[in-house]
Amino acid sequence: MIDLTSVAKSYSSEVTIGPVDLQIPAGGITAMVGPNGAGKSTLLTMVGRLLGMDTGTIEVAGYDVVSTRSKDLAKIVSILRQENHFVTRLTVRQLVGFGRFPHSGGRLTPIDEEKVSESIDFLGLQDLEKRYLDELSGGQRQRAYVAMVLAQDTDYLLLDEPLNNLDMRHSVQMMQHLRRAARELNRTVVIVLHDINFAGHYADHICAMKNGRVEHFGTPAEIMTPEVLSSIFETPVDVVEGPRGRLAVYY
Amino acid sequence: MTQTSTTPTDPPLAVGRIGSPRAPRGRLFTWPLLIGTVITAALVATSLFVGVYDIFGTEDGAQMFAITRIPRTAALVLAGAVMSMAGLVMQQITQNRFVEPTTTGTTEWAGLGLLLVMIVAPEASLLVKMSGAVVAAFLGTMVFFAFLRRVTLKSSIIVPIVGMMLGAVVGAISSFMALSTGMLQSLGVWFLGSFTSVLRGQYEPLWLVLVVVVAVFIAADRFTVAGLGPDIATNVGLNYNRIVLLGTGLIALATGVVTVVVGNLPFLGLIVPNVVSLFRGDDLRSNLPWVCLAGISLVTVCDLVGRIIIWPFEIPVAIILSVLGAIVFILLLMRQRRRG
Repeated sequence: MIDLTSVAKSYSSEVTIGPVDLQIPAGGITAMVGPNGAGKSTLLTMVGRLLGMDTGTIEVAGYDVVSTRSKDLAKIVSILRQENHFVTRLTVRQLVGFGRFPHSGGRLTPIDEEKVSESIDFLGLQDLEKRYLDELSGGQRQRAYVAMVLAQDTDYLLLDEPLNNLDMRHSVQMMQHLRRAARELNRTVVIVLHDINFAGHYADHICAMKNGRVEHFGTPAEIMTPEVLSSIFETPVDVVEGPRGRLAVYY
Repeated sequence: MTQTSTTPTDPPLAVGRIGSPRAPRGRLFTWPLLIGTVITAALVATSLFVGVYDIFGTEDGAQMFAITRIPRTAALVLAGAVMSMAGLVMQQITQNRFVEPTTTGTTEWAGLGLLLVMIVAPEASLLVKMSGAVVAAFLGTMVFFAFLRRVTLKSSIIVPIVGMMLGAVVGAISSFMALSTGMLQSLGVWFLGSFTSVLRGQYEPLWLVLVVVVAVFIAADRFTVAGLGPDIATNVGLNYNRIVLLGTGLIALATGVVTVVVGNLPFLGLIVPNVVSLFRGDDLRSNLPWVCLAGISLVTVCDLVGRIIIWPFEIPVAIILSVLGAIVFILLLMRQRRRG
């Protein structure tokens, strides 16, 4: 379980996050949705201890993210942010190998190699594993980074908009991979999503944020209603029964 | 687009593929590396036997060999290896391909530190002079890194330009101070990298850089992770700031010592890591032996050329490196632009 207790951070008098009290249950996919500037990414970044908070505490699986040693935390929770500007000339396999750093400190054991292969296969990167990252498309690179945090083998996986750069087919595949990771590998996946319909279809829980606060937290059935979505996104949203479940229509 | 994982677009499940023979990260010792080592060794041997003094025909040949040739060649090996590695580490922690001690002002700061020691304590030992250079190089590089963080100029080309401008300012301060204390000439001599004056009894402090070589080998993976950015470094449990500090310390030590004993070796740390990266990517640990060998070979070749082309006189190695480095620098810039 991820447990946030009165977490707050202020950038200026106008822009503040929180105070947020939130319990994200272990297991399954939790999607964070909300308009731009709602604080989804900031909150995720604080859970992943990449950003400090002003007040409050965050615990992941009972470990306080501020006081627990970063080295130990790296075996419990992994986080991938959306922007990876700098492209190193590493091969996909080398990059994914660095996901094993918390376990092996860089000297990969046969078990590490196996985990790396597993993770590469999991994201369908077998044919690309010897290619350099700077030779890949944005979407392929995105998958390689996800494979890296997956290889880290943590119970908690935090992803900030992993569908960025991905086309329709790869977005769907990515969500299928993540759902498999959650179901088959028993991971807890927290993911910032832009497309509410992806959240409605693939997530087990949805956390809806607005103006730095959590407005709603519930199952997709509870969140995917015209009232909730319209108030969160401040635009009229209809929810229709589609052939594969509920769909938000806002065009 | 169904929910089940039986659609044709779905990647196959991992089961059954696990354990299939896959290339691991790469062994350290391979045939090409062995061949590279032999070539480098041949160059080093050539360096030992090239010079004006006839070490075979004269009576004191063996003595001269021990006094000048061995120290000179040892200095070539040490300086070539360590400055290439310093460039490599710097490029990783700044995430910029165009930085190295001479394009970030580090060498100029080292020179300023050296000059200050020479002004304040003219009789100071080489070790004290070196300490002054190392401390100044460290502080100067930290100033540069702090500046980089503030402006986050990750767009590659501006960074070395800013670095060279900073270096020029620091160099100008050094020149002014040297001018007003009548040390301009010794400053010029100190700065222009040359192995001509490397003699037994004078170059030994250079062996200190072995510490840097060993430390970089040990911390190689950490530097590679740092090259992936602060977020990823933190994610895998590393302290990014500590890696940057360690890297800066090692770069300063290498630059300070080499500047005092040999002088400026422009662009060495730029050419070698970039050429190696072109062929082998950026995995620091498996690249390190190559960077060492290539650095040693390049400095040795440049030094040999400098010794031969106006025989029996010598051209400082720094001049040859500058010409070569400028060409490679421009080629890299053009390649970068083509790739966008």
